[in-house]
Amino acid sequence: MSALPPYATVGQRTWHYTFRVICGLVFFFLIAPIVVIIPLSFNAQDFFTFTPEMLRLDPEGYSLKHYRDFFNNDSWQSAMWNSLKIAPMATIVSVTFGTLAAIGLSQPHVPFRRAIMAILISPMIVPLIISAAGMYFFYSRIGLQGTYIGVVLAHAALGIPFVIITVTATLVGFDRSLTRAAANMGADPVTTFFRVQMPLILPGVISGGLFAFITSFDEVVVVLFVGSAGQKTLPWQMFIGLREQISPTILAVATILVAISIMLLATVEMLRRRSERLRGMSPS
Amino acid sequence: MSDITQSGPVLAADGTPLKRSLSRALRMQKLRALMLIAPLLLFILVTFILPVGDMLFRSVENGIVRDTLPRTVEALADWDPASGELPEEAVFAAMAADLQIAAEEKTHTKVAKRLNYENPGVSSVFRKSGRKVSKWDLATDGPFREKLIDIDKGWGDIELWRTIKTYSGQITSGYFLNAVDMQLGAEGPEIRPENERIYNTMLIRTMRMSLIITFSCILLGYPVAWILANLPARKANLLLILVLLPFWTSLLVRTSAWKILLQQQGVINDTLVWIGLVDDANRLVLINNELGTIIAMTHILLPFMILPMYSVMQTINPSYLRAAKSLGATDWTAFWRVYFPQTVPGIGAGSILVFILAVGYYITPALVGGTKGTFISNLIAYHISTSGNWGLGAALGAILLAVVLLLYWVYDKVVGIDNVKLG
Amino acid sequence: MKLSKLSALAMTTALCAPSAFAEEMANELTLVSWGGAYQASQHKAYVEPYLAANPDVKVVWDESSAEAVAKIRAMNEAGNVTWDLVDVVASDAMRLCDEGLAEELDHDEVLAEAPDGTPASEDFGDLIVSDCFVPQIVYSTTFGYRTDLIDQPDSVCAIFDTEKYPGKRSLQKRPIDNMEWALYCDGVAKEEIYDVLGTDEGVEQALAKLDTIKDQVVWWTAGAETPQLLADGEVVMGSTFNGRLFSAIAEQGQPIGMLWDMQSFDLDGWVVPAGLPADRKARVMDFLKFATDTQRLADQAAYISYGPARASSAPLVGKHAELGIEMAPHMPTDPANAGNVHVYDYEWWADNRDDLDAKFQAWLAK
Repeated sequence: MSALPPYATVGQRTWHYTFRVICGLVFFFLIAPIVVIIPLSFNAQDFFTFTPEMLRLDPEGYSLKHYRDFFNNDSWQSAMWNSLKIAPMATIVSVTFGTLAAIGLSQPHVPFRRAIMAILISPMIVPLIISAAGMYFFYSRIGLQGTYIGVVLAHAALGIPFVIITVTATLVGFDRSLTRAAANMGADPVTTFFRVQMPLILPGVISGGLFAFITSFDEVVVVLFVGSAGQKTLPWQMFIGLREQISPTILAVATILVAISIMLLATVEMLRRRSERLRGMSPS
Repeated sequence: MSDITQSGPVLAADGTPLKRSLSRALRMQKLRALMLIAPLLLFILVTFILPVGDMLFRSVENGIVRDTLPRTVEALADWDPASGELPEEAVFAAMAADLQIAAEEKTHTKVAKRLNYENPGVSSVFRKSGRKVSKWDLATDGPFREKLIDIDKGWGDIELWRTIKTYSGQITSGYFLNAVDMQLGAEGPEIRPENERIYNTMLIRTMRMSLIITFSCILLGYPVAWILANLPARKANLLLILVLLPFWTSLLVRTSAWKILLQQQGVINDTLVWIGLVDDANRLVLINNELGTIIAMTHILLPFMILPMYSVMQTINPSYLRAAKSLGATDWTAFWRVYFPQTVPGIGAGSILVFILAVGYYITPALVGGTKGTFISNLIAYHISTSGNWGLGAALGAILLAVVLLLYWVYDKVVGIDNVKLG
Repeated sequence: MKLSKLSALAMTTALCAPSAFAEEMANELTLVSWGGAYQASQHKAYVEPYLAANPDVKVVWDESSAEAVAKIRAMNEAGNVTWDLVDVVASDAMRLCDEGLAEELDHDEVLAEAPDGTPASEDFGDLIVSDCFVPQIVYSTTFGYRTDLIDQPDSVCAIFDTEKYPGKRSLQKRPIDNMEWALYCDGVAKEEIYDVLGTDEGVEQALAKLDTIKDQVVWWTAGAETPQLLADGEVVMGSTFNGRLFSAIAEQGQPIGMLWDMQSFDLDGWVVPAGLPADRKARVMDFLKFATDTQRLADQAAYISYGPARASSAPLVGKHAELGIEMAPHMPTDPANAGNVHVYDYEWWADNRDDLDAKFQAWLAK
């Protein structure tokens, strides 16, 4: 479909190129807002637009001062550390529970499978404000509101649907006779799991984990309600910054976050292709 | 086969009938699957389902009136608000007794706050009286009717007593009625006065804007999904990154980017002025209104539309289109009659997903929506964290949740939850 | 088994005992405030000197004062209060005190005397509007305008005059103050504002007046928004707290002017949440005594232009810490600025807040 046949009419040709331009514009719409903040974050001034110096590509117009701000400011630094303390922990919790459950769900005979699946996916579907408000009241009551554990549990719950979805997707292509063969040769279920099943579904588990990580790392609504000052995360600090005064430091933070997203995305894509190759689902 | 049936049931290796052995194995298998799922199910129930349920319960919970004013509620049982007369002395005495205890525990202001939602002004009547009543001697200082009315003439208002009587149950429909712009009047539920109606407007606006966003996503996403599905794999994968990157980028990063781009002194307006399309004095208002919310949210939700459409289009065999054309169909007919119908499941899946996510949005409308572009979620947040009217916030949340769950159910029927794909 | 447990218990008690006696005060202090320049001034004037004297203490700030009442209520309901000292406006302090959510204090006992020995309750005087409230500052909500984009306004009613002062304006997203200004500019006498506002017609009248500029208003929820909007040129005039405007004008040198007319006069101060454990409460009280003494309140005025709540602090108010300009003329308490002041009625709003909030929100959504 990509190449135009030699016998195409003028109308077809025009449409072909117009269509490409439209697609190009949509891609531009998707990517431009993210790209545009990157140069702006190197602005030497405290403005949010391109200064004349920047447009002339004058080195004077650019500086690292917003990045220095980020690394020297206590509240940004503690926010970053809080994020780095919360997200991995939430990821571990959701990956552990999620992988076990996904393996259970992929067994051939699971009673109430549909209902269970619906419940496990629900944290992704229920509007965040409702989850946040519910957790706020309930966690307050059991003493978890405003604690590290409370935020970790809340974020783990939000990350679980992603783990379930990616791991069950990997398990669809999993050849069950492999575990049977292992069992036949005398391996106990635990050994079978770690030596046979785990290596094969690992890519799915890791991408699920990365999804869970980014969910927690980007999450702001729930942490606003469930957390307290001691758990102020990076997105929370950004939210305050956006509502209060949008200092250009936010752009530096945003750029760093975009870099992290690119890294995570690259990892997930690599894993996905590897897993598809392993399972012979796609021709390289 | 036939000679075995004569010799009785089939036996497994250990001598038990095969049928029983098989069903035991099946039971074991089911049990093992459930054992693997159980920890997570429990985890989700405790950390997620219970909290949401607990909050929803607040939308009908109304124990405070009966718990704080037990004597008054009992004494009021015989009083008929329609009689047009104030309750008798016994009720006032009961109120004095209740107030004394409540003031001691400082709960009289809490019940006052609850009743003030239904009848503005009750709050100060209770607050003023609390302190004074606690100095009375209940045994000797009666009668209390005149004394209470002396403190605040609000006690002489039948409406106040009617409010207490109406809202004395353990469960109330008051919050839900309020959430649909109604109230409990003397003759049952009635529509609120026009200048207090807001929630229906907000709910309808949330729906309408979510629909607009969903349609913009279809419009923008369809060509992109098509081109991704029809390019050679290598190129398509490269372009797919452009779709996935926004998907992986922090919501706040994208929202702040739009905030910066859309401002009147922002990049878009600057560019338009520079090109000369827009006059410097009449810069476009792109933010703090509906437009701002629609633009930013379309951008944020677009990947959720493209990905399901893409995965459906990938499975469509291009030979159908060629067949249609070789049978004489024009490009348009071939597309509209042959290709498009096959992509409908993808559009459906994407649309429901985008719509479900859109109706619950909070952060983006709060930051770029101004007053015209905010959603029902913003009002829920307002009632939970600012106004303190948790019951009303919970009732609004319950309505929103009902809408979302209904769509979730439809999604499950149409697409199946198992078929959700991420990247 | 039992024995070893017991001895282990004894060991730990023995180990902990000396430190527990020497230091019965908790070392973590969670302070809640409004963020921005105001919180920064508190940090510099109160927290930094306190930390210098008590190096073991760790202070965490939470910018949640806007949601303080709801959050304290939820914490209290759950019996798990994570905040130690909360900065709130006077009306919120009254609500919290009424509901038993804030600790009642004996001001003379817990606060420092003035240098001349005047007891705290006299030094603060009438500003102690509630038993739970320790006033810090007097502030006002007033208007800033772009000096380069519009003419200098001389009355608050300039916000309703879009002919003479064209452009967007920013107002706080709540009925308080805005309704009063609307009525005042619609010809209602200052003394009668609340009587009029108490009637349905009065509410209609105020909203009708606001209707005339509705499409020109950007609504703010955080105090720093108006200075930012003014600096960006997104609005030409807007209401905010006078201290925020001062930092935009004097510290950042923005082309912004300040209008002192019908500014609403208000108080801000600390409350201690009810139900703190003894060790944390001891730390809070120690900090509170330090942070609200005469010198500290006067010091804060070197960073932000809010009037100190103690009478004895006023003579000590000096120059701006970095700019070296006299601060006294920038205080809302300065006679030159207090010519026509609007004092808002706490009692009235306590009664009518829910009702007017609903009407105001409904009006906004229309």
